[in-house]
Amino acid sequence: MSESEAVAMESVWQGGGSPYAVGSKKFGMWLFIISDALTFSALLMTYTYCRLSTPNWPTPFHFSPSIIFSSVMTFCLLSSSLTMVMAVHSMNHGNRKATVAWILATIGGGLAFVGLHLTEWLNLINNEHVTPFSNEWGVPLFGGTFFALTGLHMTHVIIGVIYLGIIAFAVGRGKFKYEDVEVSGLYWHFVDLVWMFIFPLVYLMSAKI
Amino acid sequence: MSDHTEAAVEHVGGTTQSFIYVWIALLAMTGIEVLLAYEQVPTLIMLTALLGLSIVKAALIIAYFMHLKFEKLSLFLTLFPMLVLCIILMLIFMPDSMRALHMRVQ
Repeated sequence: MSESEAVAMESVWQGGGSPYAVGSKKFGMWLFIISDALTFSALLMTYTYCRLSTPNWPTPFHFSPSIIFSSVMTFCLLSSSLTMVMAVHSMNHGNRKATVAWILATIGGGLAFVGLHLTEWLNLINNEHVTPFSNEWGVPLFGGTFFALTGLHMTHVIIGVIYLGIIAFAVGRGKFKYEDVEVSGLYWHFVDLVWMFIFPLVYLMSAKI
Repeated sequence: MSDHTEAAVEHVGGTTQSFIYVWIALLAMTGIEVLLAYEQVPTLIMLTALLGLSIVKAALIIAYFMHLKFEKLSLFLTLFPMLVLCIILMLIFMPDSMRALHMRVQ
């Protein structure tokens, strides 16, 4: 191999091994996150569009329980993100026992979020009589967009809890490497990130004052 | 195939202290958002403030928790300008929501 060919092979844009200096799993997860971010953006835009074009958009979220619940849910997700970072940090230092403990704490945060969210949904369905297709205020789009958006997010959280459960189980058995834990962490932080937009735009903007 | 041991591979990233600082900052901003929701401010100002805080929170999560601050710049430049541009393109529908409101049969 000539000297120029050798330089070309080393160049990141001309066949070099890893232009982004990340593994394929991590890069794949980043691509998924970007595409999923576009899905959530479209749903948030839809919600905002419907809200702006409807003069009598309902504000059914009372301080207690809705805003208190959703604030605690935000706390759960933010704290679970911190524990997930600690799990990745522990795995980086080769401490599998601590990694499993931190992932289990993250799962706990996720389960608390799902539990509180379902309670909040039931409160909305039973006390405010909101369903995906109708409500007392004659704005069926509210229920449709609200349940679609928060439902898709909750599905992501549930999938994340299962994903982390598998990772914790495998890491505890001595399988999987640092990158696998880091990639699962990326997914979990993304779920947290999406909620940072749903919480103010859906709950706080429709708080009953 | 590389046969590095786990302990031998050192990945550059934040410290535990920096993660806790970010977590506290995120909680503080969430608290400000909740307080803002109960202030009597015009809807547009409220929306701008809430969205602004959410973008700052998202940036902190992406930079520190998702580690992007410590990755190569090429990864960021490949992923995020496209995402931002697509989101801006979606905004093209927003003026239509106001038009629909004003053209509604009263």
